[in-house]
Amino acid sequence: MSAPVIEVDDVWVRMRGHTVLEGVSLAIHPDEFYAIIGPNGGGKTTLLRVILGLLAPSRGEVRILGSTGAEMRRFLGYVPQFRTFDFDYPITVREMVLSGRLGHVTRRPRRYDANDRDRTEEALETMRIADLADRQIRDLSGGEQQRAIIARALVGDPKVLLLDEPTVYVDAPTEAQFYEVLDLLRDRMAIVLVTHDIGVIPAHVTRVACLNRRLYTHDTNEITPDMLEAAYHCPVDLIAHGVPHRVFSEHSREE
Amino acid sequence: MFEVLGFEFFRNALVAGVLASVACGVIGTYVVVRRMVSVSGGISHAAFGGIGLGYFLGIDPLIGATGFTVATALGMGTLQLRARQQMDTLIGAVWAAGMALGILFVYLTPGFAPDLFSYLFGNILLVPRDDILLMAILIAIIVAVVAYLYREFQAITFDPDYATVMNLPVERLSLLLLVLIALTVVMLIQVVGIILVIALLTLPAAISRLFTTRIWSMMLLAVGLGIVFSVTGIWLSYLLNVPSGATIILVSTLAYAGALGTERLRQGD
Repeated sequence: MSAPVIEVDDVWVRMRGHTVLEGVSLAIHPDEFYAIIGPNGGGKTTLLRVILGLLAPSRGEVRILGSTGAEMRRFLGYVPQFRTFDFDYPITVREMVLSGRLGHVTRRPRRYDANDRDRTEEALETMRIADLADRQIRDLSGGEQQRAIIARALVGDPKVLLLDEPTVYVDAPTEAQFYEVLDLLRDRMAIVLVTHDIGVIPAHVTRVACLNRRLYTHDTNEITPDMLEAAYHCPVDLIAHGVPHRVFSEHSREE
Repeated sequence: MFEVLGFEFFRNALVAGVLASVACGVIGTYVVVRRMVSVSGGISHAAFGGIGLGYFLGIDPLIGATGFTVATALGMGTLQLRARQQMDTLIGAVWAAGMALGILFVYLTPGFAPDLFSYLFGNILLVPRDDILLMAILIAIIVAVVAYLYREFQAITFDPDYATVMNLPVERLSLLLLVLIALTVVMLIQVVGIILVIALLTLPAAISRLFTTRIWSMMLLAVGLGIVFSVTGIWLSYLLNVPSGATIILVSTLAYAGALGTERLRQGD
C-alpha cells in the first residue's frame, strides 16, 4: 500500500477543561474512502478541524503527505457543515468555485489565470452545475448548494476530500445523487466522510471508524458491534434504526 | 436655492459628503456581508475616548480618535481571533468604556471643550479645506488597499476557515480590514458624528445588497447611494435649517425602509 496522505498521530484536544479527543491516531491512504461515525459531540468536527490546521491539538501531530508544514493544507479539500455556511454572501457559483484556487495563486496581487478558470469550468461540469454558474449561491436548492461547495473543494486539486456531515440537510434523492458523485471522485482522491448518522454509510466505504472521544477502528469496512458499543454505549437503539445490512458482518446480524 | 453653492463651506460640505460616501460604500460592504455591524459600532464609540484624549492633551481630537480607534480595532480583532471571547459582551464593554473615557477626559480638561457636540452628531458644514484633503488621501489609500487585496478580502469575509485551509494569512488580513474600518469611522465622524456613524456605514451597503450579486457591484451601488443620500441630506438640512448629520441619516433610513418594502413586494410576485 502506498504512503498515507494523512497521518494523525496520538492527537489530544482539551477544551474548557474537557477532553474532546483522547489519543486519536489514524492513517488515510490515497485510495481510501474512510467513514468516521460517532454521536453528536463525539469530537468528529474537532478531529476534522485538527486535520485542517484550524485547531492546534494539545498533544500529538498531524502529517499531510509526511510533512507537518501549514502549506501542506493546500492538498486538502474541505466541505464544511452545511449550517455553518454563509449562503447570503453576494457571490455567484462560478466565483465561489474559482475562489478555491486562491491558495495556488502565487502572483501578487492575486489574480486568476486561464488555468484557474479552466479548472473551475471542469469542476462545475464534474458536479453538473455548469448551467447554474452565474446564479447566486443563495438562489440554489440545498443539493445544488452542496455540489457547489464540493466543486470549490475540487478545484484546489486535493489529495483528500474531507466532508463534514454532508447529508444532514439534503433529501433522500439528493443524497443518492451525492453518493454517486463521491463514487466518481474516488479514483482521483482519498475521501474522508464524517457523520453522526450510521444509516448513511454507503456500501462503497473502504474503512469505518467510530469516534467518541477515542477512535475505535477496524481494518475492514464493517461496523462491528463492539465498535458501536464502545463509541455509543447503546448499540441496540441504533441498530433498530435501520442500518444498511451490507455494512454489518453476518456474525453481527445474528446476534 | 442654488445660490448657496457660491459659499465655500457648502461646496466643502458636498465634497466631504461625496468622499465619505466612497469610503462607506467600499468598507460598509464588508461590514454588511461579514456581519460586523456591532464591531463597527464598538469601534466608532471607542473613538469618543480618543477625542476626549485629544482635548486633554491639547492635540487635534481627530488625531486622538484615529489612534484610539485603530488600537481598539486591533485589540478587539486579536481577542476575537485568539481568545474566542463572548464577542457581543466584549463589544458592549468597549462601546461603553470608550464613551466613559471620553467623558472623563473632557471633564479633566480645563476650560470649555469646543465643537464637542459636532463630534457626537457631526457637522459637515464646518469641515475645513485641509480636512478634505486629508480625507481624499485616506480614501485613496483605502481604495488602493481594497483593490490590491480584493480576492483575499473576499475569501476571508466569505469563509475564513476555508481561507485558512488555503493557507492565506487570515489573521493579518482580518486585522487590516478592521484598521480600514477604524479609519473610515474616523472620517465619518466629521460628517455624521460618532453616534450616527454606524448608519451611514451600513445602510447604503445594506440597500445595495438587495440589488447586487457581487462584492464589487455591491460596492459601486453603495457608493452611488451614499452620494445621493449625503447630498440630499445636506441640501435638505440647508433648506429646512436642521442639523445635517441627522438629516443624512434619516434620508438613508427612509431609503432603506423603502428598499426593504420594494424587495418584499418583488418576492411576493
